[in-house]
Amino acid sequence: MDLRTKALTKSIWVFHVSAGSCNNCDIEILDCFTPRFDIERFGIQLIGSVRHADAILITGAMNRKSVKRMKKIYEQAPKPCVVVAVGQCALSRHMFRFSYNVDEPLDKILPVDLYIPGCPPKPEAMISGIVKLVNKMRKRK
Amino acid sequence: MKLLFSYLIFPGFLFSAIVGLMSGWFDRKLSARLQWRVGPPWHQNFTDLIKLLGKETIVPVGAKFTFLLSPYLGLLSVVLVAGMLGTNILFPSTSFSGDLIVILYLLFMPAIALILGASASRNPLASVGASREMKLLIAYELPFILSIIAIIIKSHGSIQIGGILSEQLSFGSNIMSFSGLIAFVNALFCMQAKLGIAPFEISEAEQEIMAGVLIEYSGLPLAVFKLTKALMLYTLPLLLIVLFLGKDLSPLFIIPKFIGILIFIILVKNTNPRLRIDQALKFFWRIPLALAILAVVLALLGL
Repeated sequence: MDLRTKALTKSIWVFHVSAGSCNNCDIEILDCFTPRFDIERFGIQLIGSVRHADAILITGAMNRKSVKRMKKIYEQAPKPCVVVAVGQCALSRHMFRFSYNVDEPLDKILPVDLYIPGCPPKPEAMISGIVKLVNKMRKRK
Repeated sequence: MKLLFSYLIFPGFLFSAIVGLMSGWFDRKLSARLQWRVGPPWHQNFTDLIKLLGKETIVPVGAKFTFLLSPYLGLLSVVLVAGMLGTNILFPSTSFSGDLIVILYLLFMPAIALILGASASRNPLASVGASREMKLLIAYELPFILSIIAIIIKSHGSIQIGGILSEQLSFGSNIMSFSGLIAFVNALFCMQAKLGIAPFEISEAEQEIMAGVLIEYSGLPLAVFKLTKALMLYTLPLLLIVLFLGKDLSPLFIIPKFIGILIFIILVKNTNPRLRIDQALKFFWRIPLALAILAVVLALLGL
């Protein structure tokens, strides 16, 4: 494991995109930064601009309008950058599965590195997912 | 050779970068403790920098060459200030006539670098951030310079840091007089705005204009900007210590003074919401400006 991967896994800056979710997953993501869970102790920060991002959190079912935007956002992020699908909608379209404006699930559009299931997922589930992602990134190099 | 050493290593770049990054961590940790969180480990800011060095650098289409040059402009000038202040504290005899004015000009440069870089990046949100930064510059620069003028008057017109230090050594710290105290309070407000932390983080408001001036930066240039921020967090409190609390500058006394100023900044940051740009302008042109003029008048009267 080289220094670059080590530094990357120790300070993950997260950009948070809602691709048309019901806002529950977004609230649960914000819960991770509250005193009870406090993931800033692992160096994880929410940041404003995609240009600073190391991870893109995507919530919600990808409808036709947001697919284009999502691809653009992914291209704007500096690599290496991971994509995390949060919530059942982003994973499998959930109850919008047969909806007319949700064509395909997220992983057909972007290379997803981590799936966090749940409707909405608990902050504990997200933290365990992050741990798995960090282990995966460290093993890959 | 000695000059290069003092610019690059001891009071200059390396030393001040390490102290600045550590005080940046202190800021994050104390903020976390104030919010009943645990906070990041001590090496967090170093890790962030190393990570940013390993990331891809994206240059937006049509950006001017100033986009990549302006981060270095800010960094180099702040390093110069840190080196000058450090050598002045260690060997007060090395200071030259007028170095206080040089330092004031050089401390201007990081804000200019931010404005240049943001304008070169062709991003509308960055241009909003740049215009806010300019207005903030107009707001805080006048009271800051006036409160330093009060100090210059108190030390009998000496515009030399060595002169101000020797004056304080013989007559006591500047803060112990009325005019010095008022000017110090004033300079603390202005320093908060110069460092660009809440309540004056208007130019890079994360919630409304998404990191504002820094929005298009990634990788190495962003790391340089973060380093500049860290160096400012070291340099400005040091400047205030030299100007206002300069009676005893041995390490035993300078470290508690530095940490005290740092704690004050962090407490103000954590207890105040962000102001709008017009509120900041109104604030600086009413209270600190009036206080600064009062300080100058008191200094002229000899109080």
